[in-house]
Amino acid sequence: MSTPPIERTPLWRRPAFRALIIQALLLAGLAALIAMMIGNALTNLEARGITTGFDFLGERAGFSIPQTLIDYSGDSSYARTFVVGLLNTLLVSGLGILAATLIGFAVGIARLSPNWLLARLAAAFVETFRNIPLLVQILFWYFAVLQALPSPRQSLSLLEAFFLNVRGLIVPAPVPEPGFGLTQLALVAAILAVVALGVYARRLQQRTGKALPVYWLGSALIIGLPLLVFVASGSPLSWDVPSLKGFNFSGGITVIPELMALWLALSIYTASFIAEIVRSGIQSVPKGQIEASRAIGLPGNITLRKVVIPQAMRVIVPQLTSQYLNLIKNSSLATAIGYPDLVAVFAGTSLNQTGQAIEIIAMTMAVYLTISLVVSALMNVYNARTLLKER
Amino acid sequence: MTERPTPPSQSPVHPPSEPEVAPAAASTEHSMIAARPAPISRHGVAGWLRSRLFSTPLNSVVSLITLAVLVWALTPLVQWALIDADWIGTTREACSGEGACWVFISARFETIVYGFYPESERYRVDITLALLVATIAWLMIPRLPAKRWVVIFALVGFPVIAWLLLLGGHFGLPAVPTRQWGGLMLTLTVAIVGIVGSLPLGVILALGRRSQMPLVRSLSVVFIEFWRGVPLITVLFMASVMLPLFVPSEVEFDKLLRALIGIMFFWSAYMAEVVRGGLQAIPRGQEEAAKALGLGYWRRMGLIILPQALKLVIPGIVNTFIALFKDTSLVLIIGLFDLLAIIRAGLTDTNWLGFATEGYVFAALMFWIFCFGMSRYSQYIERRLHTGH
Repeated sequence: MSTPPIERTPLWRRPAFRALIIQALLLAGLAALIAMMIGNALTNLEARGITTGFDFLGERAGFSIPQTLIDYSGDSSYARTFVVGLLNTLLVSGLGILAATLIGFAVGIARLSPNWLLARLAAAFVETFRNIPLLVQILFWYFAVLQALPSPRQSLSLLEAFFLNVRGLIVPAPVPEPGFGLTQLALVAAILAVVALGVYARRLQQRTGKALPVYWLGSALIIGLPLLVFVASGSPLSWDVPSLKGFNFSGGITVIPELMALWLALSIYTASFIAEIVRSGIQSVPKGQIEASRAIGLPGNITLRKVVIPQAMRVIVPQLTSQYLNLIKNSSLATAIGYPDLVAVFAGTSLNQTGQAIEIIAMTMAVYLTISLVVSALMNVYNARTLLKER
Repeated sequence: MTERPTPPSQSPVHPPSEPEVAPAAASTEHSMIAARPAPISRHGVAGWLRSRLFSTPLNSVVSLITLAVLVWALTPLVQWALIDADWIGTTREACSGEGACWVFISARFETIVYGFYPESERYRVDITLALLVATIAWLMIPRLPAKRWVVIFALVGFPVIAWLLLLGGHFGLPAVPTRQWGGLMLTLTVAIVGIVGSLPLGVILALGRRSQMPLVRSLSVVFIEFWRGVPLITVLFMASVMLPLFVPSEVEFDKLLRALIGIMFFWSAYMAEVVRGGLQAIPRGQEEAAKALGLGYWRRMGLIILPQALKLVIPGIVNTFIALFKDTSLVLIIGLFDLLAIIRAGLTDTNWLGFATEGYVFAALMFWIFCFGMSRYSQYIERRLHTGH
């Protein structure tokens, strides 16, 4: 059998061939660009007398940091500077996430209030703070509010234990005495017990339909057990109350104004975004769901807990996570007011002292990138688990 | 069909709740139901107050507390910012010290707008600004025609004209190096270059992320995830200290240009994700139909997919613009004098110490006006394009 020869598509018009050529060109271009960049970098670094590599991490840093969570002095190495900065970043991010979540949920729910005044106030809060750059807010809190506070001698004080002045907020420090370990142990035990209780209550409900008052039992356990042990072991905790000695305070824990300004600004700014996410999440639950839940006789709080919140959370959580990531990244604005975070002490001071631009910027970026990617990966797992099970 | 008279004994077919046909209800005792009070008025001021603010005891308490908070917070603010404020004057002596001293702002208003741009050349900034306002207004007013050409002008023509005009050095215009740029003008420059640069780059990246070619796809993913994973500050640091290392030392690299490149790359990644959202929302049939018509890749994208996808994500694009605009303030960290940095520099002026609050409040207000305006416009567009039910 002989068929007439089909006119074959010329090679250069076949999609597969074209794709191959495009990708080969792209790869070649990229390789050339990178090679050029590396070549230039090597020449430039040599001209400036900078040796590449991570040896500088072991050298003496020689500058002090106003807030350190671990032991640090001018004699410490750059590697330790890196860790100190990283811990400070994580501290302000953690505090910020906590406060932003609380404020954000409160404001978001207030926006849906039937009370006109409250709803409008919440809306005004959101529209004000999310439309002002975070940097302006940080500088405002730091320079216009906290720097205008009185000097230590004229501190604003609360109960003669909390003092607020231009050097920061000074609060009493807890001093654990021997035997306090038992209370901490009790707390851990209580947490484990609550987890176990939750599992047991769920199984019990699935088997018998009986619901245990898990929230009340759990709260009682978490607060009651450690308290009981604490009192029983003779209250082994004292407070180091700050007091004015000369021109400054001694004792207590000082929260530096940089941390306060950054914390305030980050929490309020992010809260205004979280409020909108919460509002849209709650509004995304169709009205029919609430009506159906009422129709089968579920009371209001069960409707809220078992019908509205689980469905709203599916919308809220992914966006909330991306706001948390934004907050962590935004905490790098610390450098503008001198809060010693990773960018300020490592990509700022250390870079200026060593000139190891490539290594330091790469390390700093790697930290944020790792946090982002890990959280994104967890988010994907969450999304896959809460995905609507459709046919 | 005529109705047959039914004897009372057959009445069980009727529901027993109808008393007039129920056999037992043959009694003649009729009485009026007692008049109920008229429903609470939902109209007028009183009705509005009652339904919105005082509907329940709890609601009343909440209203009163909110009102108290508002009065407590707003009275001193208004007192400080408006009533006790000083508005007129040119020197520090005009400040009475009781309220805000807006003279601090008005005395350096020119610097806040133009930065260190030479005074004799400031008309060039004015022309550029007027052109910008006219272009944007044209695009924003729905009734004006020829939108397509104005968009092309805005994306291609305007940047070239603005660049020639502001930088100078051609056509007899004296050159003004970028280190003299500053203030609102620099903020707008950074924002507009960022917007104009990141949108096309973002579209290309979004298309790349959905490409069939594995190398193109993975490169796009890596690019997008990298920029989205790091803070803008580190990007600006990178642009200012690392970028000069990567080019031959002979190449003079403008500081502003380096920042602009960093900002453009950074925001293009965010833009790409917004555009990708739009691309994913277009039904597959659209592309298949375009393929069936024999259109090539770029025509399919340019004529069928992108016009639909971009229209869908206009609100997302505007939101990215707002975020970009707010983040232009970060350039002060690498030593450029944008709106915020110029105001900050004014605060260190020894003649004008102690006006931090006025300075930052003014900066906040300026940014707020731009961002709030853009967000309102985005909501308006969203409503206008919302053709569903």
